Amino acid sequence: MANGAQDGSRLVQVQAPAQRFAYLQAAVDDAAAEGQRGEELLIPLLQAVQGKFGYLPAEDLAAVAEILHVPLSRVYGVATFYNQFRLTPVGKHIIRSCTGTACHVKGAQMLRDALQAELGIAPGQTTPDGRFTWELVACLGACGMAPVIMIDDEFHGRLTPQQLPRILRTYSA
Amino acid sequence: MAADEAAKAGFRTAAAPQDWVRLSVDGRELAVPPGTSILEAARRAGVEIPTLCYHPELTVAGACRLCLVEVEGARNLAAACATPVQQDMVVHTESPQVVEARRTVLELLLQNHPLECYRCERNGDCRLQDYAYRYQVEAPRRPGAVRHFAPDDRNPFFVRDYDKCILCGQCVRVCDEIQAIGAIDYTRRGFNTQITSAYGQGLEEAGCVFCGMCVDVCPVGALVPKYALGAGRSWEKTWRRTICPYCGVGCAIELAVKGGRIVGARAAHDSPANAGKICVKGHFGWDFVQSPDRLTTPLVRRGGKDGPLEPASWEEALHRVARGLAEIREQYGPDALAVLSSAKCTNEENYLMQKLARAALGTNNVDHCARLCHASTVAGLATAFGSGAMTNSIGDLAQAQVLLVIGSNTTEAHPVIGLRIKEAVRRGAKLIVADPRRIPLTRYADLHLQLLPGTNVALLNGLAWIIWKRGWYDAEFVAARTEGFEGWSRAVEPYNPEYVSKLTGVPVQALEEAARFYAQAERAAIVYSMGVTQHTSGTDGVLAVANLAMLTGNLGRPGTGVNPLRGQNNVQGACDMGALPDVLPGYQKIEDPAVREKFGRAWGVRLPERPGLTVTEIMDAAARGQIKGLYLMGENPVLSDPDAGHVQQALQRLDFLVVQDIFLTESAALADVVLPGTTFAEKEGTFTNTERRVQKFMPVIEPVGAARPDWQILLDVAERLGHRWDTRTPAAILDEAASLTPIYGGIRHRRLGPAGLQWPCPTPDHPGTPILHTQQFSRGKGLFYPVTYRRAHELPDEEYPFILSTGRLLFHFHTGTMSRRSPELTTHRPWERSEINRQDAARLGLKDGDVARIRSRRGSVLARVEVTDRVPPGVVFMTFHYRESAANLLTAAALDPVARIPEFKVSAVQVEKVAPEQAPAVPEEYARCMRPEARV
Repeated sequence: MANGAQDGSRLVQVQAPAQRFAYLQAAVDDAAAEGQRGEELLIPLLQAVQGKFGYLPAEDLAAVAEILHVPLSRVYGVATFYNQFRLTPVGKHIIRSCTGTACHVKGAQMLRDALQAELGIAPGQTTPDGRFTWELVACLGACGMAPVIMIDDEFHGRLTPQQLPRILRTYSA
Repeated sequence: MAADEAAKAGFRTAAAPQDWVRLSVDGRELAVPPGTSILEAARRAGVEIPTLCYHPELTVAGACRLCLVEVEGARNLAAACATPVQQDMVVHTESPQVVEARRTVLELLLQNHPLECYRCERNGDCRLQDYAYRYQVEAPRRPGAVRHFAPDDRNPFFVRDYDKCILCGQCVRVCDEIQAIGAIDYTRRGFNTQITSAYGQGLEEAGCVFCGMCVDVCPVGALVPKYALGAGRSWEKTWRRTICPYCGVGCAIELAVKGGRIVGARAAHDSPANAGKICVKGHFGWDFVQSPDRLTTPLVRRGGKDGPLEPASWEEALHRVARGLAEIREQYGPDALAVLSSAKCTNEENYLMQKLARAALGTNNVDHCARLCHASTVAGLATAFGSGAMTNSIGDLAQAQVLLVIGSNTTEAHPVIGLRIKEAVRRGAKLIVADPRRIPLTRYADLHLQLLPGTNVALLNGLAWIIWKRGWYDAEFVAARTEGFEGWSRAVEPYNPEYVSKLTGVPVQALEEAARFYAQAERAAIVYSMGVTQHTSGTDGVLAVANLAMLTGNLGRPGTGVNPLRGQNNVQGACDMGALPDVLPGYQKIEDPAVREKFGRAWGVRLPERPGLTVTEIMDAAARGQIKGLYLMGENPVLSDPDAGHVQQALQRLDFLVVQDIFLTESAALADVVLPGTTFAEKEGTFTNTERRVQKFMPVIEPVGAARPDWQILLDVAERLGHRWDTRTPAAILDEAASLTPIYGGIRHRRLGPAGLQWPCPTPDHPGTPILHTQQFSRGKGLFYPVTYRRAHELPDEEYPFILSTGRLLFHFHTGTMSRRSPELTTHRPWERSEINRQDAARLGLKDGDVARIRSRRGSVLARVEVTDRVPPGVVFMTFHYRESAANLLTAAALDPVARIPEFKVSAVQVEKVAPEQAPAVPEEYARCMRPEARV
């Protein structure tokens, strides 16, 4: 129901979430302190889930739906709308390949081919050992360093395919 | 005044006409209330702006961009659905610029739409096709990227073909806003957007209740009922309006007819009872009408009691009926005869049936299944208010600020009323659900009072105690409108929260909170049903409900009231028409000489003076040999009555049994003569729904075989008993009934439009009565009748440690003879799934789908179990829909002392696990109704 949680008082009636979901209640309280309520809490809660697990486990999405009194289909719809959210576990490190214009001109495609060969996965996938998740992004905003990739929060610019194996080795399994 | 004029023009507004906005649409000058959209304004003026995502009953999405119009002076085209009118606006709905924009929208949609109209169900009734034609849009020449999704046909009701989906979102909104389930939503984004459930799971797992309203709003062929596939093109079907034959809501529906056969159903939008809404049974439950099992010819038993039932002519059958009944009357007197009328039959037929009993046979032994559902309501509310019916209207519930729903699994038993309750919650109402089970409605509740079965009176007295002691009651209302408060308050004195909590198992704090919610709302409504009535304390429960409402002054105003939900489509009407042993039509007491005199004069007979026997008493009397002859119309007591084994013996002991029905039911199989009646779809008449709304309907198809409308059969039987009645049409029959029944006094067939009329309607110019007791109660002052808690007749003990409660499931109805013949319904829920709590199941070693033997002191049945938290530990819940797992072999005929209603809601049982091979088979006649893919 769209506005089951509108007046906030309904939240009081929710059964205390199981220990497993106590962090969600904390996130609700934090967001409520900032004046957000009802469905406005959906994205902050999804961020809390992803912040904790690196992705959105199904049980936690169901808990979010329950806490906010919104249908699971809507929670799922929002989770699949934003690129930011993932439904499957991510690797320990996230590689983001830039596909922007500058990188494209400077040979990003060759970098992607090399990554594919090195990692043995396609963009959007995670290596079987759980070490890397690889995804494509529109632009990393570091065009001066093109071609560029980002691993976790570090930029690696002016890359050649030959440099990749050495760089990847510096990220632990 | 302003509101009246606006309403006449179809607007809901409080704005005075001089404040209305003037504008011009395609050169037409209009005035509409402020806030009206351009689209609505244009439609009022007869200008049809094309839309794909707009639906008048849903929020505005503004998503399809097809309703773009040109507004002079505006920079861009405006979406007519989402743009409010402004003073002196000049709108062009078909200017070249507009047409060009619409073409572009349509071209883009067609680019990604399979152009397979030849086999699409919606060919000829498809908005995309209509508009592509209207604007002469060419098929895409350069195919671009095309989405492809596998069609989803995992459920037995409808197919979801998302290649045809145009993402208008009407299905998402109807599911969220009307059904309040939200099983589906937009997922992913951009080109990959698809409307699905979370994780693409099956609809049932997503909480879908298969009302099919998404199918009805789909503008294209993306959502199509399975029954429709290949069953007829849109132009071959005629849609005919009728009233749904299932529960007491009385939804107006339309049936599609092709070549004399029903091929589809949908909601009608012109009755206030359902206001365009429908549930799964109304949408998918009509196949029984044309089942090959229908009785198409009369049957008579030849060669004595043990002989076979054989086809016979109407002449022979009617002769046998008249002779059989007459012989018993002559030999043993009229009170050796009894009739059971039917809450499935029309008002006209019920009127004739009780007239037949009283005037032609000479007995008051007439009753019907209302005895088993709301006899306690009729008795209790008549005592408290003077009128035993729902005080308010269905539409009115949405205006309540607080709703107390007690003993009503509304979303399953009265689904469309359930929608009104959800609507109230959506508007901010607080919902209190009092039910031993965690019924689906608890999902929307602020408070769930999970009381122990059989403790309603304690709970209601307890709430009243708190309201009284805290001074939250409406002293003014109590003083001005009621009597008996003193005596009542003495009786309620002991019910302090601690004591009540101990009796009911409801925490003190929840009691306090519920009482506060209910008492402090300006408008609070109580909704109740069989969870209150089907107890040995049923009448007391109803009285306790009435006391609570009177205490808080929650009567006689919109959004308040005491609202019993009636179970059968015409159980209200059957009661109104006097198919009861103690009252004539309009609840006029048979014991009143003036009443007898009035009816006697009209019918030209002397009426029997003593009230007759009730259903349960008739069965007892038959078993004892005192009732010798029984005439059943549209009732199947072998399955519907408590202690079914006893009922079967009783029927077998009769000298003469006539059964008039549409199927050879378990009861009909025991008959001496079987008369084939007709369903709602084959006859004309009126039904009265739970809100006292008398609704007329006309035949949709011809009677099957030699079956005849029941009113005709009754006239023929009466004639052969020497009573030729000259009321030869349903309209004439109702005229006669109305002339003798003050509450129906002004009701005539010709007055009954799509909205019908709500009784009391005493005169031909009376507009009907949406709310009862507005100025004073029917009996004058409301009566506080003191009631005290009594234990259920049978409580669990060591030998029978569980409480068995019985009730309905959303997907089936009563003894299953109708719903189990629907391929969709029977495939979806082929067998009983008795609910047992997780903890109990673990102790008994039962898993989901295991088979259990459930045994009471009366009998034992086998059924599959569903392990669930819906029932609390110690409680087992069974439906009474499945004859192979017949719950009523277990229930007791323990009766309420006043209303003689059996205690279906509490019986003590034991449960044990048995081998899976012992699972009872689905009876042959239902197994073959399953959808082909489900038959294995």
